[in-house]
Amino acid sequence: MSAAEHATGPANSTEYITHHLTHFKVGEGFWTWHIDTMFMSILLGLVTIALFYSAARKATAGVPGKWQAFVEMVVEFIDTTVKEVFHLDRSFLAPLALTIFVWVFLMNAMDLLPLDVPGKIAGLFGIHYWRVVPTADANTTFAMSLTVLAVVLYFSFKAKGAGGYVHELFTAPFGSNPLLWIPNFLLNLVELLSKPVSLAMRLFGNMYAGELVFMLIALLGATWAGFTLGSSLGMLGQVVMGAGWAIFHILIITLQAFIFMVLTVVYSAMATEHH
Amino acid sequence: MENLALIAQVQSYTAIALGLIIGLGAIGACIGIGIMGSKFLEAAARQPELIPTLQGRMFLLAGLIDAAFLIGVALAMFFAFANPLLARFG
Repeated sequence: MSAAEHATGPANSTEYITHHLTHFKVGEGFWTWHIDTMFMSILLGLVTIALFYSAARKATAGVPGKWQAFVEMVVEFIDTTVKEVFHLDRSFLAPLALTIFVWVFLMNAMDLLPLDVPGKIAGLFGIHYWRVVPTADANTTFAMSLTVLAVVLYFSFKAKGAGGYVHELFTAPFGSNPLLWIPNFLLNLVELLSKPVSLAMRLFGNMYAGELVFMLIALLGATWAGFTLGSSLGMLGQVVMGAGWAIFHILIITLQAFIFMVLTVVYSAMATEHH
Repeated sequence: MENLALIAQVQSYTAIALGLIIGLGAIGACIGIGIMGSKFLEAAARQPELIPTLQGRMFLLAGLIDAAFLIGVALAMFFAFANPLLARFG
């Protein structure tokens, strides 16, 4: 895919879609860096911090403004969710849950931008591939879920002690007979490893499939060939179906961010409760 | 020519496989949502005061039930547009 091809437009629908699925890559093989993913995720993380910082800065104890009221609503919602499930000191977990929820929601919401707009903006800087949804890249979701795994292990060690946790790894759930140590450990390992994998793949699958459906809908309008009946119907079809899918996708975006947050809290709570 | 026949074979089997992945996944997800939804409606009819709590839990479960299906869809789409089995032929 050369710059000249990009200038003249895609040759067929497969090329259009594979063009929109290509990351802006730097490097080869294992050491490829997806610059677009990293840039968007860091940018949206800074936006998250800036939004909540501005609310905290202007917070008043009197009658709150609208933005303060909204932020308070979100914080209280997260706090209630964490309080219901997690019974130790939640001064670390609740802010983590808030960050995960808002950050993942903002990253997912990038999917609602019209399909070719980020490409045009990136084209102004001379960049030919740019994928705006960081969570549609498996690297992002696996990075977040491996971090959640580290948090879960941290809580396990903190709640049960190093010796206690290792003892539990080898003796739960079947019993403490030495013959059962290997089956116990294998079962616990599978349980421990399935959590980050399912967490990452769920978010990645939802966002990737959502993006792809947007691209397939965009193919309808891409058949524009003047004001003929066929291509006008195609354009109308794209607008209608695109709007419908975008409205449904708003639900999916929020839901997936919520699920990621709730599962993080639930896994941490489970890590502190086996006794 | 031999290569062309092999490429066609890989592509046709991939197409059938994609249909199976998405179809079977959709069957599982839809039946699961149907069962969960019917239980929710029963519980809502029995105890209307619990509807807000149950509704929150219901959306959470809907996301979890759809997870495996959507992972399948994402993988199927990946095979549709960047088939690694085809890349072995160059």
